[in-house]
Amino acid sequence: MHFAFTEEQLRFRDSVRGVLERTCAPAAVRQVWDQEHAHDPGRWRALAELGLLGLLVPEGAGGLGLDEIAAILPLEETGRAALPEAVVDTALIAVPLLAAVTERALADPWLERIAAGESVVAVGFPPNPWVSHADVADLLLLADGDAIHAVPRAHVRLERLPHLDGAQRLFRVAWTPADRTRLAAGAQARRLRAAAIDRGTLGTAAQLLGVAARLIEEAVRYARQRQQFGRAIGSFQAVKHMLANAQVRLEFARPVVYRAAYAAAREAANRGRDASHAKIAAADAAAFAARTALQVHGAIGYTWEVDLHMWMKRAWALETAWGTSSWHRARVAAAVLQSESREEAS
Amino acid sequence: MDLTFTPAQEAFRAEVRAWLDAHVPRTPLPSMDTAEGFRRHCEWERTLHDGGWAMVSWPVEYGGRGCNLIEWLIFEEEYWAAEAPGRVNQNGIFLLGPTLMEFGTPEQKARYLPKMARGEEVWAQGWSEPNAGSDMAAIRTSARLDGDHYVLNGQKTWCSRAAFADWIFCLVRTDPTSERHKGLSFILMPLDTPGVRVRPIPQLDGETGFAEVFFDDARVPRANRLGEEHQGWKIAMATAGFERGLMLRSPARFQATARRLRRLWEARGAGADPALRDLVVRAWMDAEAYSLATYATASRLLAGGAIGAEASLGKIFWSEMDVRMHETALALLGSDAGLLPAAAPPEAAGWLDGFLFSLAGPIYAGTNEIQRNVIAERVLGLPRD
Repeated sequence: MHFAFTEEQLRFRDSVRGVLERTCAPAAVRQVWDQEHAHDPGRWRALAELGLLGLLVPEGAGGLGLDEIAAILPLEETGRAALPEAVVDTALIAVPLLAAVTERALADPWLERIAAGESVVAVGFPPNPWVSHADVADLLLLADGDAIHAVPRAHVRLERLPHLDGAQRLFRVAWTPADRTRLAAGAQARRLRAAAIDRGTLGTAAQLLGVAARLIEEAVRYARQRQQFGRAIGSFQAVKHMLANAQVRLEFARPVVYRAAYAAAREAANRGRDASHAKIAAADAAAFAARTALQVHGAIGYTWEVDLHMWMKRAWALETAWGTSSWHRARVAAAVLQSESREEAS
Repeated sequence: MDLTFTPAQEAFRAEVRAWLDAHVPRTPLPSMDTAEGFRRHCEWERTLHDGGWAMVSWPVEYGGRGCNLIEWLIFEEEYWAAEAPGRVNQNGIFLLGPTLMEFGTPEQKARYLPKMARGEEVWAQGWSEPNAGSDMAAIRTSARLDGDHYVLNGQKTWCSRAAFADWIFCLVRTDPTSERHKGLSFILMPLDTPGVRVRPIPQLDGETGFAEVFFDDARVPRANRLGEEHQGWKIAMATAGFERGLMLRSPARFQATARRLRRLWEARGAGADPALRDLVVRAWMDAEAYSLATYATASRLLAGGAIGAEASLGKIFWSEMDVRMHETALALLGSDAGLLPAAAPPEAAGWLDGFLFSLAGPIYAGTNEIQRNVIAERVLGLPRD
């Protein structure tokens, strides 16, 4: 039993943070709001060069051949930076799915292109009603009943759904299943989809941790600098206690998310339950941090000019991505309330 | 990262489980805050000690087993799962014990720790005063040096276990010219010393879990001072770290409560408000989160890290979780919730008392408001007010 990251994993997180500070500063995120596509090829390549996009890609296909434990802290950083790109869909969901299918001739070239930062893959499985980043995806992984299809973008019709978070690109996708696009069917497809949902849940939870941390950081920075009644507002207990409460939620969501990454990496029986728990806890921490950060900022936080709203809106957007908290609570309830007799028997 | 237990750890768990299975009293002991219950709990401490389980993380020479923190957490999981009695000497074994190991002289360790481990000397805590609660640095109880003795005058209050305990550890002012947290010393005092008077105070549950302690020219040898003279604050802060941190409130306690709550849901959940189901599940999630956070802390400490202001995060989390879990249980019990044991149905056992006790959590060991100040200033870096 050793619940900690390695020095190497922490260093990797630091490098990702460094690259994102350079390539994904708040001004860059703000720019995305006004552009057609929420995808910057230069930034995407920089993440590929770091190894982030190919982290789960087998070494033979140009990746690092690592696991979800190694991915979780870097993904948290992508939330902290409010990265607009499809990093969870491509690097955390599509890669293991493509690596697991039997159609090697179809899947392997994609893995290499993903690791090289040349491709974006979008994933459209329930419980997500829409597909994120479908406009810039080279390949879409879509569900048709039990089957999973890999569909090039040229073969789908997209309808953009404008979202409160201006860095989101959500689409309703119309397409026609064909034999030649079928990647997996039957029991294998069901297994792959369940794993995809768990990974989407986990990756979103990691990003929510980062969003929550950034919201608290921004609020602390503002509270130290903003003066009222002749002193920094951060010296008032009313302000301190709000921020302390936000920090408590964040710090007790973190280990839950990290444990879910471990469960995913080890393919533990409880990985679905643990991913859902992680997302509930992280979404709660992020939503609470958003409310707190806004209240600490006061009126200035309610404006479009201050960057704060980009993280608040990201928190709300991620809360409903890959299953709402209500959906995940039902999953945890089913697992926890039914496990009683089994546990007692053991 | 490896969240599995080693074969040695699993073997340790099995050993703990087997011993507890053979020794935990079949029926719950009376409350430790009654004369009879106190005696029975002291006997239980002796049983634990004779089995070698009094304080598994202590060195063998002081009555422990030399286990590391992970094994201690395993022991606690089994202890609470077995619904074994509460630890009557928790002020000693969880708070003073670790403090003595860090700051005590070899003589002090040899004198106090083994008797503490055997439950022969039960300890009370003497920090708060009528005018020094959250503002603990306002302590006025004085200790004047007279030859080889300190002479204590003043009053301590909210002293847990003092109604029946043998000893008290106090924070007192040894430098009469000092102010605030300077000039305080950490004194170990037998409660039967002439000039010491204990007045038990009935608590919310009607039992005398704490007391006021009056000192009227009470003499205690100089050798009973723990640590340097006038350095008591630093030592008390270390004790407070143990109190807020993982020692006093190990996660297993809350996981056991969450399991009991799940059983209560099975007994009373049919037809209940479906919103309560979410709270039952939340209890499981919160207890799990606290356990995971503790394993992360233990891993960090084993790798040479230290516990600091972040202990305050845990104190807020567990104390609020504990209240919420008990509120959920009472909501499930409905009209039966307020019935005392003589009239309550069997599934209500422990919930009402537990609820009342949980309400003390956000107050003792530093109120949660004080913890929030600590987090804001020392974790987040906000300015002092």
